[in-house]
Formats: sequence, structure tokens, C-alpha cells
Amino acid sequence: MKVLVPVKRVIDYNVKVRVKADGSGVDLANVKMSMNPFDEIAVEEAIRLKEAGIATEVVAVSIGVKQSQETLRTALAMGADRAILVVAADDVHVDIEPLSVAKILKGIVDEEQPGLVLCGKQAIDNDMNATGQMLAALLGWSQATFASKLEVEGDSAKVTREVDGGLQTIEVKMPAIVTVDLRLNEPRYASLPNIMKAKKKPLDEKAPSDYGVDVTPRLEIVSTTEPEARKAGIIVGSVDELVSKLKEAGAI
Amino acid sequence: MQFGLSDEQEMIADTVRSFVEKEIYPHEDLVERSGEVPAEIATEIKRKTLELGFYACNFPQNVGGAGLNHLEFALVERELGRGSMALTHFFGRPQNILMACEGDQVDRYLMPAVRGERMDALAMTEPGAGSDIRGMKCMARRDGDDWIINGTKHFISGADHADFLIVFVATGEDQTPRGPKKRITCFLVDRGHPGFTIRDGYASVSHRGYKNMILDFDECRLPSGQVLGEVDAGFDVMNTWLYATRITVATMSVGRARRAFDYALRYAAEREQFGQKIGKFQGVSFQLADMITEIDAADLLTLAAADRLDQGLPANREIASAKLYASEMLARVTDAAIQIHGGMGLMEDYPLERFWRDARVERIWDGTSEIQRHIISRDLLRALGA
Repeated sequence: MKVLVPVKRVIDYNVKVRVKADGSGVDLANVKMSMNPFDEIAVEEAIRLKEAGIATEVVAVSIGVKQSQETLRTALAMGADRAILVVAADDVHVDIEPLSVAKILKGIVDEEQPGLVLCGKQAIDNDMNATGQMLAALLGWSQATFASKLEVEGDSAKVTREVDGGLQTIEVKMPAIVTVDLRLNEPRYASLPNIMKAKKKPLDEKAPSDYGVDVTPRLEIVSTTEPEARKAGIIVGSVDELVSKLKEAGAI
Repeated sequence: MQFGLSDEQEMIADTVRSFVEKEIYPHEDLVERSGEVPAEIATEIKRKTLELGFYACNFPQNVGGAGLNHLEFALVERELGRGSMALTHFFGRPQNILMACEGDQVDRYLMPAVRGERMDALAMTEPGAGSDIRGMKCMARRDGDDWIINGTKHFISGADHADFLIVFVATGEDQTPRGPKKRITCFLVDRGHPGFTIRDGYASVSHRGYKNMILDFDECRLPSGQVLGEVDAGFDVMNTWLYATRITVATMSVGRARRAFDYALRYAAEREQFGQKIGKFQGVSFQLADMITEIDAADLLTLAAADRLDQGLPANREIASAKLYASEMLARVTDAAIQIHGGMGLMEDYPLERFWRDARVERIWDGTSEIQRHIISRDLLRALGA
């Protein structure tokens, strides 16, 4: 079984983001970019499936600016076998919308015929949480979102999902789309031999037009603002005072 | 002149940095308080390093290393320099000098060291022989086919965890116009060998947990097969293989300085006094500007020296400059980082006082700043016949 893992290049989670002066988005010029952490978990899971003898090949895909190939190299260094880069934008500030990404991914799935697509549940930049679901709809495949556990058994998979207030276990028919949550695994470091090998692994470059997809945005960003600064707290002198303050605030 | 790292080199540095952040930082306080690295933590760091293929990455591929060049290895050590040396010791980097192993030494020392099965340590310094290495008193005398060693070595880092030691010992003396000069031979000595003991050294202000050990040789008998390289050719072995080790001090100083700088920068951006962030005061902001300028300069000087080695160019002076500048830069940067933090900088709640203490030894070991200045100036003046 082939596993396809879409990965997104996003602002590094350690970077303190700044809104651009014109409010059109977050300033991405000269800031550290990394693989979306949820996608890293998806790559890790795919590699584990390969190590367990369930997957035969792991293909990483990224859709975005040319620099996304660094993100793909990271996936290759972690252990993915090959990569596909779909260059869909020139400007790092252009975000390809989930529906366009899902349509391109559908084109890739049609070509590659994977048995499983593992995606991060959402990207930490715009938190859309939509691509996996849209891809499942476009393909007419079963989907399991927010996975914290994945067991592939023959032509079905048992997926434990993190839902509000607990865990839910469902069984889906393969081929399937599984979007992964934080607690599924802990991604590995790239090993030194794999870092050295990454450059030699194939990385195909494509364009949205190869899949007949128009990536023109349909959404308009009206404004972007920074969250309100946290208000100063108070220091309480005793547990009793803490309890009465919490009661005052209606917290208990 | 080419600037910038390749994708692989960036990835190597990033990987080691996140390894240090996740696998080393969490144990630092414990090591700092206890002065020891618990065996299970050491084993775990070693296991993970081996698993990642980074163990002995400074060794060529034909003996099982990763074959990194000097520049790449400097990047690895730069990122390791951010973390506690007591802990990063187990991110094993055996001494390159083991490449001088011949015959059965290859299977007994070189290969097990590269595989992480046996750890090594290097012993040169003596109470009476620091910078003046030829003043060493530790002597080996011939007895038939064997050698018998007597004497003491001190400040031997890593000897507490070493399975064997690479020891430089005097094996004779030549009379020269500038006085007597010792002939030196390099020996491989196993831990537990009769007549050889390893004991705790002194309590040091720098690098707690990365112990300086004392080695005692008392009529320690070694067969001639324990000689590394040729008899009386210890200096050649040293010059061939230990030439590049000063880059380690330089590049680790850069890594640690960046970590200290990150604390200072963040604090300057958050701490308020007199109604504004202290980073807005010129006294602080100019200090930050000077700090990063010096860090970048030391980084480039060090990587350039490593690159010269990769290109097969003479690099003795350049390495000495890098070691001198980077270690002195670290002292200034850690001092300034504390100044920016004010009184809090001296408290154990922040690692800054530790960086500051640890920085002190960098100007001393692997050749003091004065020795580096001597190397640099001799290199320049000798060319003019002076």
C-alpha cells in the first residue's frame, strides 16, 4: 500500500508572529518556516506504517511556493521515499485555499492511487481544518479525522478520534483519508544518513495546471489583527483569598 | 568566496539543535545540582545518538562514521555547544586520533569507539605540564618488549566514563640548543589495567558534571602493541590528528553564546523599567547589537577556519584566531547577558550564571588565549624571519 502525505510549509511555531502593517495577513518575510507540526505527525505515522510492513511507499506532497521543497526535504530526511512539489504561488504571503489544495491532491491521488492519505488535522497558520475533509468528499472516500490512534487491518482501518469530551473509535473502509491529531505519535528526528540521502531521493515538480486546477483565491481577507494583550494578573496572599477571588469571578 | 550552507548542512544543524533542546536541556538542572550524569540518562542520550546515525559522525564512512567534513562537524558541535557538556559528551564524538590505530588496535579500539561500545578520553596535561607539554614528567621506560609507565595526568575530561585512555607519555629526552626536549609517545591504556587508576579530580567552577579526572600510573606495564603511531612520534600523531580540536572550543562557544543571547534578547524585549521595555534604552540595545555582531563574527571566523581544513589549506593561524576570538567573545556575551538581566541574571533560576561560569574555562583549555596569540603571532613573524 502506498501512503500519500500532504505537508505544508508554515511559519515556525516558535516564531512570534507579527501582523503586516496593512492588515492583509501575517508578516512572513525573513521568518523561520517549518513543516506544519500536525503534518510532521502524519509523516511519522506513514513511516511507522512502512516500518511495520503495512505501507510499501511513502510519498510526500507539498503545494505552495517553491521554497516548500525544503519542507519536502525534511519529510524525505525523516524517511519518506519520494516527493511531489506543486508550485502554486510565487509570493510567500499567498495562501492556497483548502478547496484548491484538495482539488490538486485529488489529481495526485488519481495518478498515484495511494491506499491511504494521511494529513495533519489542520495547519497552524490559518487553522482551516478543511483540506482532509474536502479531499474525502471529492474522492468519495471514507474519512477519519483527529486521529490519536490508527490501526490498519487489511482493507479497513480502526481509528481512535479525539472528540469533545473523550475518544471515539470508528472503523473506516480503505482507501481512506485520515487526519491526525497531536497525540498520535511523537515525530522522530531526521537521522544523519537520511539527511544525506534526502537530496538523492526524487522530488518531482508540478504546477496546478497539470491537474487542471485554478488556484485563484475565492476568499477575501478583510482584516487581520493581533490578539488583545493579556491583562495583568494579581498576586493573592492565601488560598482563602484565591478561592474568594475565583468565586467573585464566577469561576467556581 | 561562498557563503551560506547547503540544505543538508542546514538540516544537520537544525536536527542537532532540536536534539539538544529536547534531549539535553531537560536534564541540565539535575546535572548542575548533582554534578553527575545519571547512568540511565547517559545511556539514553547515547542510544538516541547512535539510532540517529550521529554517533562518531566525525569519522569516515569506511570505519562506520558519517564522514562529515570539518565544516559540517563544526556545525554539529556548534549546536551541541548550546547544551551541558556533561550531557552532550554522550552524543559521542571519539577522538579522531583513533584513526592512527593499526593492526589489532583497529578492532580493539577504533571500531568499538565508533560503534559506541567503548568510550575514549585523551590525556596530555599534567600538574607540571600544561601549555608546556614537553615539560611532562609522566615517563615510560622500556623493559624488554614492554613499556613501564610512571606518573600522573590531571584535568582529564571524559576519563570518568572512558573504557580506555589515549595517553601521551615521555619516552626519552633530546638535548637541543634551547635546552632538553622530551620525546613523546602515545599509548592506548585500558581502564582497569594493572598499575593504572582513574580518580576524581577537582571541584571546578566550569562545566559541573563534566569532570576533570586524575590518572595515576604506578609501574604500569604495557606491551608494545599499545603504542598508537610510532614510538617517539607522539608529536606527529598530535599534530596530524589534534590539529582541528581547537575548532571544537571555538564552535561550541558560538553555540552557547547564541543561547545566552536569546535569553538576553527576550528579556530586553519583555522586561519593563521606568515605564518602557529595557530594550528601548540605548544602554541595553547597543549592548545587544555588539553581542550579536561579535557572535556572528566568531561564527564566521570559525566556519571559515573549518572550511580551510576541508580545502586542505594551512589553517593553524586561522584556527587559533577562531579559538581565541570565540572563547573571549563568549566571556563578554555571557557577562553582558547577565548585566541585561540585572540581579536575576546571577540567580540559579536562569541558566545565565552557569553559562558565565562555564565560559571561563574556554579561554584556558585546549590552549590558553595566550598560547593562541603566540601561535598567531609566530605564524606571522616567522614568515619574516623574526
